[in-house]
Amino acid sequence: MFDTISGKLQNAFKNLRGLGKISEDNVSDSLREVRLALLDADVNFKVARDFIERVKTKALGQEVLQSVHPGQQIIKVIHDELVDLLGSSNAALNLSGSPTCIMMVGLHGSGKTTSSAKLAKLLLKQGRQPLLVAADVYRPAAMDQLETLGKQIDVPVFAKKGETDVLKIAREAIDFARANVRNTVIFDTAGRLQIDEPLVQELVRLRDLVKPQEILLVLDAATGQEAVNVATHFDQALNITGSILTKLDGDARGGAALSMKAVTGKPIKLAGTGEKLEDFEPFHPERMASRILGMGDVVSLVERAAAAVDEDEARRMEEKMRKGLFTLEDFLEQLRQMKKLGSLESIVGMLPGGSDMLKGADISKSEKEFKRMEALICAMTVKERRAPTILNASRRIRIAKGTGVHVSELNTMLNKFNQMQQMMKKMGKFQKMMMKKGGGLPGMFGR
Amino acid sequence: MESRGRANPAGQLIRSQFLMGLFDKFKAGLQKTHSKLVHEIKRIVTRSPKLTGGSLEELEAALIGADLGMQMTEQIIEAVKKAYETQGKEGADVFTIASAEVEKSLSTTSNQLKKADSGLTVVSIVGVNGTGKTTTSAKMAHMIQLQGKTAVLGACDTFRAAAIEQLKLWGQRVKVPVIAGADKADPAAVAHDAITASLARHADYLFIDTAGRLHTKHNLMQELQKLHRVMGKQLAGAPHEVLLVLDGTTGMNALNQAREFHKAVPLTGLVVTKLDGTSKGGMVVAIQKELGLPIKFIGLGEQADDLQPFDAKQFAEALFSEKE
Repeated sequence: MFDTISGKLQNAFKNLRGLGKISEDNVSDSLREVRLALLDADVNFKVARDFIERVKTKALGQEVLQSVHPGQQIIKVIHDELVDLLGSSNAALNLSGSPTCIMMVGLHGSGKTTSSAKLAKLLLKQGRQPLLVAADVYRPAAMDQLETLGKQIDVPVFAKKGETDVLKIAREAIDFARANVRNTVIFDTAGRLQIDEPLVQELVRLRDLVKPQEILLVLDAATGQEAVNVATHFDQALNITGSILTKLDGDARGGAALSMKAVTGKPIKLAGTGEKLEDFEPFHPERMASRILGMGDVVSLVERAAAAVDEDEARRMEEKMRKGLFTLEDFLEQLRQMKKLGSLESIVGMLPGGSDMLKGADISKSEKEFKRMEALICAMTVKERRAPTILNASRRIRIAKGTGVHVSELNTMLNKFNQMQQMMKKMGKFQKMMMKKGGGLPGMFGR
Repeated sequence: MESRGRANPAGQLIRSQFLMGLFDKFKAGLQKTHSKLVHEIKRIVTRSPKLTGGSLEELEAALIGADLGMQMTEQIIEAVKKAYETQGKEGADVFTIASAEVEKSLSTTSNQLKKADSGLTVVSIVGVNGTGKTTTSAKMAHMIQLQGKTAVLGACDTFRAAAIEQLKLWGQRVKVPVIAGADKADPAAVAHDAITASLARHADYLFIDTAGRLHTKHNLMQELQKLHRVMGKQLAGAPHEVLLVLDGTTGMNALNQAREFHKAVPLTGLVVTKLDGTSKGGMVVAIQKELGLPIKFIGLGEQADDLQPFDAKQFAEALFSEKE
């Protein structure tokens, strides 16, 4: 998403490499490029101008460290400034109050309803009891949408079809929450323009009634220069507590995030990163700044893996691998777990330099290969999966036919699997050997 | 200046410095002086006022602020500079010239919906999530009916929760029949049914509301291609119009969206929505420049009749009008 900024910045600083010191002259060209990159990324032009000024003063005042390229030094300055601009740490949600009330506000189509459901799911995972309230009384079928989403994540939805009084809905929803022990109430409000005074006043009245702990502005990552207007107006009217950045899985460079943070000073708390309801994560400014500069986002990847993989399951699997008991059945399980991590594209994108890799490679091809492997294994009987050695010619032909591929493809897959199994066995033995040799040590140090 | 006046971002300048030999550099330098000199003479002869840095800066801020993007902004400023300093003594101000410049680049566009030679015209509405495809589909059907023709809506967004209900409600509101399948059904199958039903009813127009998809999702773009393939097989030439719906508040990413969608399914036009706020939708200028896609309609609100045919002059003037 922010890749193009990082690409452009790196390009700009290639020219700085190998220079002895940072001077006004050699820096101004590059900074102009940075400004262009920021503007092209939809960062508000005033914000971009201030940003460049800040970087310039800092870079010029700096002593040139030995054995560090001036280019790297400036990248560090820019990185620090970006972190500063995006907010210096991840701001957690304020979940005090009983029940906690959270209001979702924003323009039409920014993703309020989807984000509400995603937020409910996230809170559910954290052990809270959320209640979704359909407070969008304008858009046709908005309530149906929230109800459907609520069903998908098993969270109750409070909706009153036909009711047009938002305040009445809110009042009854809070009573409903108290009666049914729901400790977090999420209000999905209707999309509105920030300058539509009557509708904004409706939000103000809703806020005064429910006294929410959090008022979150939902902002599309692809928003242009308008982001500043939207953020300022909503903040002035409602005094928002933070924002949610949505559609970050697209290739929008997300300059809107920088603008919104700079003009309101309110933290970006969460980010929507996909179409599925679990594609929702806390927003981390440092990681985002690293991502802008092409340093990858490994931390997010590890976190995502931890959430998707069951720890006990993983340990069991490891044991099996070590003993060489890893079957096709387990392999299938692994393939499916990997899928849970998200698309290969998004995984690779998080690795350092991954975004550059993505540009050239056709990831969807490897993705297809995985799918095919899955299909092949699915076409086998349980017995065959557990003991692939019984796969004779007629069985192989049957499986290939069932999957709709040539037998050679099945053979290739089985060969790959065999190699993998051999490797695992060897690794297991090696590990055992190491354990034996070092066996006495832990005890000795223990005392 | 002429030789390199067309695209002149700093990146190119730096790159070209690396590429050009000393001689070329020298020549280019001379040319720059040469064209500058010619320009100055022209200015003096026509007794045009000299451009001040302040007004240019103001213009730049306005252009960038309207989401025209850096490249377009520089091009327009270049054009304005040229026009301003050669227009004679009593000239218009930079904004008027810029506005005319934008209008000129957009006015080639035709805002009429295509009509298929044989009976039914199929219009496919595509775009990323949350740009207003469903609303636009309904508004267009409404508009067609006001013209005394008949329209049918096809609910091919089977992915988003309650998208079908949303279109059905719109259908009731504007009194247009809606053809829908089950939730999570294959959109291509729904499109197939919709065409069959529209043919049976002898409808003039069928509007296909597709699911929102990010242009970066390869599989979803393929799904869209399939949808169009199925339509084309059933009715020759369908879809006759493929309209990309763009959110007016979107920034430069709109260009990527248009590019990628155009690559997957050749677009025939654009619809820009949500222009009733303070956003200007300036990114369509760049899109028009690169892809040559006509802007057919603009969305100005939530009511059924808030869809207007695109008007280049009005649009250009609105770009430079004061905010609020």
